[in-house]
Amino acid sequence: MRNVFAAAWLIARKDLAIEFRTRSAFTASLIFALLGIVIFYFAWDSTAVASVDLAPGVLWVIFTFAGLLGLHRSFGVEQEERAIDALLAAPIERESIFIGKALANLVFVAGVQVVAIPAVGMFYNLPLGRVAPALFTVAFLAAVGLVVIGTLFSAMASNTRLAEILLPMLALPFFVPIVIPAAQATAKLLSGRPIGEALPWLKLLAAFDIVFIVACTLAFPFTIED
Amino acid sequence: MFGPNGAGKTTLLRLLGGLLKPDDGSVTLAASKLGEHMILRAKIGLVSHRTMLYPALTALENLEFAAKLYGTSDAERAARRALERLRVEQVNVPVRLLSRGMQQRVSIARAVVNSPLLLLADEPYSGLDESGAQALTTVLRELKSDGAALVLVTHQLNEGLEIADNVAVMIDGAFARYQSSTDVSRSEYAAQYRDMVTASA
Repeated sequence: MRNVFAAAWLIARKDLAIEFRTRSAFTASLIFALLGIVIFYFAWDSTAVASVDLAPGVLWVIFTFAGLLGLHRSFGVEQEERAIDALLAAPIERESIFIGKALANLVFVAGVQVVAIPAVGMFYNLPLGRVAPALFTVAFLAAVGLVVIGTLFSAMASNTRLAEILLPMLALPFFVPIVIPAAQATAKLLSGRPIGEALPWLKLLAAFDIVFIVACTLAFPFTIED
Repeated sequence: MFGPNGAGKTTLLRLLGGLLKPDDGSVTLAASKLGEHMILRAKIGLVSHRTMLYPALTALENLEFAAKLYGTSDAERAARRALERLRVEQVNVPVRLLSRGMQQRVSIARAVVNSPLLLLADEPYSGLDESGAQALTTVLRELKSDGAALVLVTHQLNEGLEIADNVAVMIDGAFARYQSSTDVSRSEYAAQYRDMVTASA
């Protein structure tokens, strides 16, 4: 028997090994993110809207939907040959499965962010250099929130025949409390405001993260019971 | 355990394996209620209709992962040993590239990698060729001689009667018949079983 975190780490490593080998979700998410950036760029009238006003919205719309693509795959790999049954029958806590999946999804979303944030900076000519540490803090905190919500609803939706439709329908309303402070904090940082002005949004983001981490971890065992 | 499709055999196995919670009553194994003691789950192996494997991972990686989940001390050694017992040679090939029969062997190897004291096997012979079926019978006999209990669901009466100490027929969610396998003649049992299934249809 393994403790919760050792089992979670094992599951996360397994998920990352599968994703590294297939690259199905990461490639799809990355292509979606880059395409989204390009499309928004060509639809943008730079004389009407300043890049620093548009970029935060572009960034978080892209992350939200690119993340959903990957999150759907999270429990999809378990359903393919009902490997989820082997996980449920194993002598590990149900919470380990959730934490492991969420950790792997966090690495996945962070991977998309690491490519997409500089790409947005390049296309919209944003001054990323000086705000990079603060911006990556926002990105990380938001990724945590998106991932825990997405992992929970991915587990719920994966047992249904309409998983592709159900996941966005369930998850998107819960993404709103994460995406609003993330977009607000990003806007403050990109427009050159003092970090102190972004701090209340960061605190709100962190508070929502804590609420969602606790709530989703506690709710998860009930979502995978038959 | 024999029975027609939809009789409840798989549901019973899922209850015994802790995959389903009973609406009423409880499952007791070794004088302990399943679900209350995590250690009980470490002693159960499960074979299902589906392979419960990750197609992108190799046979060895799948088994190592399972062995580690069960807290096996030398996971790689346990995984290699289980694959050898089921005569799986392509241990470093992704499971999706193996034939269905070979995938089934890997799945059975995964179920025995933790040396279970209770093996729940749902149609383990389906998809196996003769060599695979022989390897499975050998493994089941070894587990039995090591003191493990087996609950085997099968439509193949001969294999079932050959391995089992006790045989049951489940119809409509209840045992319609339960007896020692030594008390039955195979041909008579087969004829009676066919009659029971026909009558229940």
